[in-house]
Amino acid sequence: MEQAYLWTQIRKNRRSSYLVMFLTTALLVLTGYVIGMAFARGEQAGAYLGLAFALTLSVILILATWFGGTKIMMAASRARRIEKKDHPRLFNVVEEMAIASGNPMPAVYIIEDSAPNAFATGRDPQHAAVAITTGLLGKLDRDELQGVMAHEMSHVRNYDILFAMIMGVMVGSIALLCDAFLRATWYGARGRRRRSSSSGKGGGAQVIILVAALLLAILAPIFAKLLQLAMSRQREYLADASAAELTRYPEGLARALEKISGDKEVLEAANRATQHLYIVNPIKAFEKRAAGAFSTHPPIGERVRILREMSHTMAPRRA
Amino acid sequence: MNGAVIALLVVLGILVIGVLWFAVTYNGLIRWRNRVKNAWSQIDVQLKRRYDLIPNLVETVKGYAAHEKEVLENVTKARSACMSATGPAEAAKAENFLAGTLKSLFAVVENYPQLKANENFMQLQEELTSTENKISFARQFYNDTVMRYNTRIQQIPTNIVANICSFRAEDMFEVEAAEEREAPKVKF
Repeated sequence: MEQAYLWTQIRKNRRSSYLVMFLTTALLVLTGYVIGMAFARGEQAGAYLGLAFALTLSVILILATWFGGTKIMMAASRARRIEKKDHPRLFNVVEEMAIASGNPMPAVYIIEDSAPNAFATGRDPQHAAVAITTGLLGKLDRDELQGVMAHEMSHVRNYDILFAMIMGVMVGSIALLCDAFLRATWYGARGRRRRSSSSGKGGGAQVIILVAALLLAILAPIFAKLLQLAMSRQREYLADASAAELTRYPEGLARALEKISGDKEVLEAANRATQHLYIVNPIKAFEKRAAGAFSTHPPIGERVRILREMSHTMAPRRA
Repeated sequence: MNGAVIALLVVLGILVIGVLWFAVTYNGLIRWRNRVKNAWSQIDVQLKRRYDLIPNLVETVKGYAAHEKEVLENVTKARSACMSATGPAEAAKAENFLAGTLKSLFAVVENYPQLKANENFMQLQEELTSTENKISFARQFYNDTVMRYNTRIQQIPTNIVANICSFRAEDMFEVEAAEEREAPKVKF
């Protein structure tokens, strides 16, 4: 197997996430098309209408969440904004990463919680914020803290928050479409018995389309969810590699991850809706199952292994 | 419409697209070259920060370790040399020398536990550590930017525009002399 080298890690992770995004879009398009066609009893126009509906829905939801903002996230997580004098070391560490990435300084927040974790939000580096718990702040040394902050800031500069939002909206749209279709079919089937049958135009093909649409309506939301989780894991690996690019010291982040994974405490303010934004899955039960297709974060052991491999391939040659 | 007119329109269309592509690519290269210049000047911003911190550091250390006069004087002299250096080669040498004197100073401070525990000193230490890091990261960012710029002007098809309009590859920030690669020795 090819060794993890900093630049190839970054390219590989980016390519994988584009592939996942493409597949999800394809799934959304297919779902809209087939369901639209089934609704319109096999007519072509209905298919395009379904497609248009799916896309419009997506665009509206994206715009609605676009300006939602950091403030809501921070309020939900009980975070307190700090200035340099409140915690010079944290502030300096973040500032150093801002210089290394050529981006402006994000807003820095601290969360009063003894469980160790950190996250970042912001639609682009000009509107970014990072947060860390007092629990994590107390556990890490300077290099480890810098690794964690670099990882979080990389989420912003790789536009992961934006990616996650688009994915969430697409998956949500697929689920909504399928749900609406299944309901309509259910009620339609009950009503049909009382009416005489429809014009009988292309009866056989109609049934096939209906069955295909039903199958898709049941399976598509599941596939979409799996794709979304796969995307989340890829972006985590990418954030790790990007952090290594910034610090040029992957060992720092590797040690920090090991320290975090050793802790058994549950982060109180986190929940299912926000779990994907944290550096390590804050819901402990999910972290245990992290080897599977159903988790938002890759297993920590794997992340540490890749980071250390990058460290090794980055080391200067001894003369 | 006959064949000749269509052919003419196609040729015209291709020319227009060609010119547009050239302009867009040229503008992109200008943006990248300016990014390189900006990244270079950001290094100076961090270097100046270091100069500003040093007088305070020297005063704090003097209060506890008055007989370490030689080390303190070295730091002050090195700082002056940096600020009066002419030309990038001399500046680079002076900067490296200053970094060396600071390392010696911090090594010496290890012998004075009261000084180490002093609140003011600890804050200064954090600030200086951070400033050294910021200088490194500013140089790192400069090198990363140069890498991206150089890659762009060398890749097809951007290199066509680059060669016609004389965009040259920039140099990375490198440690020049062999003796500068060695860590400065600390004398007790």
